[in-house]
Amino acid sequence: MRQYILKRLLLMIPTLFGVAVLVFLMLRVAPGDIVELKYAGTGAFAPKEAIERERAQLGLDKPLWRQFASWIWGIGRFDFGNSMWTGRPITQEIAIRLELSLELAVMATLVAIFLSIPLGALAALKQDTWVDYLVRIFSIAGLAIPSFWLGIIIILGFLIFFKWLPPLTFTSFWVDPKANLMQLIWPALAVGYRYSAVATRMTRSAVLEVLREDYIRTARAKGLWEKVILVRHALKNALLPVITVIGLEFAFLIGGLVVTEQVFNLNGIGMLFVESITRRDYTMTQALVLLVSFVFIFVNFVVDLIYAWLDPRIRYN
Amino acid sequence: MKTSKKVRMNLCRAMVLMISLVPPVFQATAQAAEKEKPRTGGELVFAVGETPPSYDGHRETTFAMLHPVAPHYSTLLRFDPQNYPKIIGDVAESWSVSKDGLTYTFKIRKGIKFHDGSPLTAKDVKATYDKIIFPPEGVASARKGSYSMVAVTALPTGFGEKGAPDADTVIFRLKHPSASFLANLASPWNFIYKADILANDPRWYEKNIMGSGPFTFVEYVAGSHWVGKKNPNYYMKERPYLDGYKAIFIRDTAPRVAAVRSGQTLIEFRGFNPAARDDIVKALGDKVVVQESPWTCNLTVTVNNEKKPFDDVRVRRALTLAIDRWGASKALSQISVLKFVGGLFRPGPESQFATSEAELAKLAGFGKNIEAARKEARRLLKAAGVPEGFSFTLKNRNVKEPYEVTGVYVIDQWRQIGLNVTHLPQEGGPYFNDFRQGNFETGIDFACDFMDEPDLQLQKFLSSDKSSLNYARYKDSVLDDLYEKQSRATNHKERLKLLRQFEKRVLDEQVYQFHVLWWQRIIPHWAKVRGWKITPNHYVNQDLRDVWLAE
Repeated sequence: MRQYILKRLLLMIPTLFGVAVLVFLMLRVAPGDIVELKYAGTGAFAPKEAIERERAQLGLDKPLWRQFASWIWGIGRFDFGNSMWTGRPITQEIAIRLELSLELAVMATLVAIFLSIPLGALAALKQDTWVDYLVRIFSIAGLAIPSFWLGIIIILGFLIFFKWLPPLTFTSFWVDPKANLMQLIWPALAVGYRYSAVATRMTRSAVLEVLREDYIRTARAKGLWEKVILVRHALKNALLPVITVIGLEFAFLIGGLVVTEQVFNLNGIGMLFVESITRRDYTMTQALVLLVSFVFIFVNFVVDLIYAWLDPRIRYN
Repeated sequence: MKTSKKVRMNLCRAMVLMISLVPPVFQATAQAAEKEKPRTGGELVFAVGETPPSYDGHRETTFAMLHPVAPHYSTLLRFDPQNYPKIIGDVAESWSVSKDGLTYTFKIRKGIKFHDGSPLTAKDVKATYDKIIFPPEGVASARKGSYSMVAVTALPTGFGEKGAPDADTVIFRLKHPSASFLANLASPWNFIYKADILANDPRWYEKNIMGSGPFTFVEYVAGSHWVGKKNPNYYMKERPYLDGYKAIFIRDTAPRVAAVRSGQTLIEFRGFNPAARDDIVKALGDKVVVQESPWTCNLTVTVNNEKKPFDDVRVRRALTLAIDRWGASKALSQISVLKFVGGLFRPGPESQFATSEAELAKLAGFGKNIEAARKEARRLLKAAGVPEGFSFTLKNRNVKEPYEVTGVYVIDQWRQIGLNVTHLPQEGGPYFNDFRQGNFETGIDFACDFMDEPDLQLQKFLSSDKSSLNYARYKDSVLDDLYEKQSRATNHKERLKLLRQFEKRVLDEQVYQFHVLWWQRIIPHWAKVRGWKITPNHYVNQDLRDVWLAE
């Protein structure tokens, strides 16, 4: 097992290198120039000389291979460089936003888990009853309603009925838990609901499938309690595909909540991602793509390990 | 009981609506408020629609830097916040201009201190302007071109190493007289920096703050908010009134409107569109005040003069003739910030360069008889050999308001003279790329300046090898020559005459490119925010020193 973990960790390096090459080239192919956007983007006059000077300062006048080599050399030393837009260290810019994005992802995941697993299992147990129909309506509505729309409704509701709005700036949970939760609970609910809808559907169908397996019939024949059958035998095995969905969704939440972040004015990774792309902030976009890729790869790796823990038949040798 | 309540509600709504449609009423309220005795204390929380790239005013061109950063700095001169465009001193106590208009001497106010306690002297002013006008290698200066008339900045007796510099006086020597020089020194971007810091690291100010303005720096959380607190050593007694301010960065319009509605932010200084204004007024009633002004921003139809058939002046003239600007003003001002019909200069009472309506009507596309204009446009197209249903594209920024709104309107106008135009909204990167490379037929371009000044507003219309802002790809030595002449004309009447010639050549004779409408700046803010008066742009009057909170 240790060998397997080491192998998987080492395999991350060439994967991330491939991502780095791809993102570097794709960004250079995309039309647009950060300096142009910075100056002319506001309709102000900037002499050509100033534009050229700025380009040189950012190293954009150097050949592509040199730009790539110096970037990769920096990454090798865990130095992601400075944002081309703000001039501040990229690690600093990301760190400011990562806490919020991670916390929101964790909260939304918790909301999703607490909703989806009991509801999905219940719907499977009570298949084709009113309980099942209710859960199905709940989950299909969750799939159909975009989380940002739900966010807008939440905000409008607060504004119209309570003349109140969640806080606009982020306070760390460790500094002021109340202010932190007052800001993040609403987007977590909006995102978690949609997230839970996917997982509820998955849990329901997985539990239904498992409940028809021979070993469940055997367990029932042995006279085991229905509760024990469900929790110890059915749910544990049914969770494998659910864990995959939850894992992938979690990774997506780190950088993919752009619109929800806009709606709630959250200073998260998603907004930074979109801003850096529209501004053609190459160094920042490259770092963010690497970060999100790493999260995806790492979450997949963790999910694979959880597989082995949930299903003793799975062994990585 | 229910009925009377309903009637009262409707009356209230009607009143709110009426008030929202008559901004001068609010302005009068705002002016009346000015006469109150200002109250000290409180924190002003305001929204900013973008985040600042760096903190360096000399380098940046976005309001997103000015709004949070300007309160930390002084400038040499400034526009009088209550009486734009009058110029008053900030760190300059007084100034004089030599008879030949080539030497400007500024006396620096005594007792001004940087936030670290060190005194601000003429040496700091000189170092600041040297950085702006003659930036050292590796230092970006966005407005260097506006000071091309400056030969040298000096401290009297400070030439060479022998004479001791005069701590209170700074001199600018010009190569030639300039109509815009003094106003350019009132630029809100020209923060006075500390000479010693600049000497050590001319780029220090990109990531740090050390000014002498009414507020000191507390913190900036990237992408989230910016905080400043009262400078107890500010040179003006009893200013600033506020204990501090907090700028919250809110990129999207809807949350910005919601933030003002909820009172979490009391004002947003760039401006809202009419729908947002009405939304806020409807929700807050008399708790809100609306200030409005014509804006020194406009949208232009840029025609690629190198592409056929747009290289033919008859075609370009037909394009401008087809646009009903007066109708556009009525229609688009309801749904966007577009409102005022004007030539190359901002219309409005405070604009000393504005073209009168009578003069404007003589220019192609600005007359009020649109049917006659469109008939003439069709004739011109026919004469130029452009067939009915001729197809081309209009490239635009993919920003709904006001860009796409304008694009849709212009295309509809052109359809009415038999042209078939495809709208191509693009993201900022490809948009500028295509404009810069001439990869377009027609497009919507824009400009925003910090003051009414022909040297700024005409930059876009100089030959494209002379101006990086001109995407229309033409060369016209007559225009370049007129620009130089007007720029050096110190007699206002003489200058106006040259400006009218310039305007006629651009908009009527050659029709290289043409404005659609000028913008309206709309600021709905909580009534308790006092001491702030709207100006015709979102760059000046942002140091917050006169702002106070009524509750």
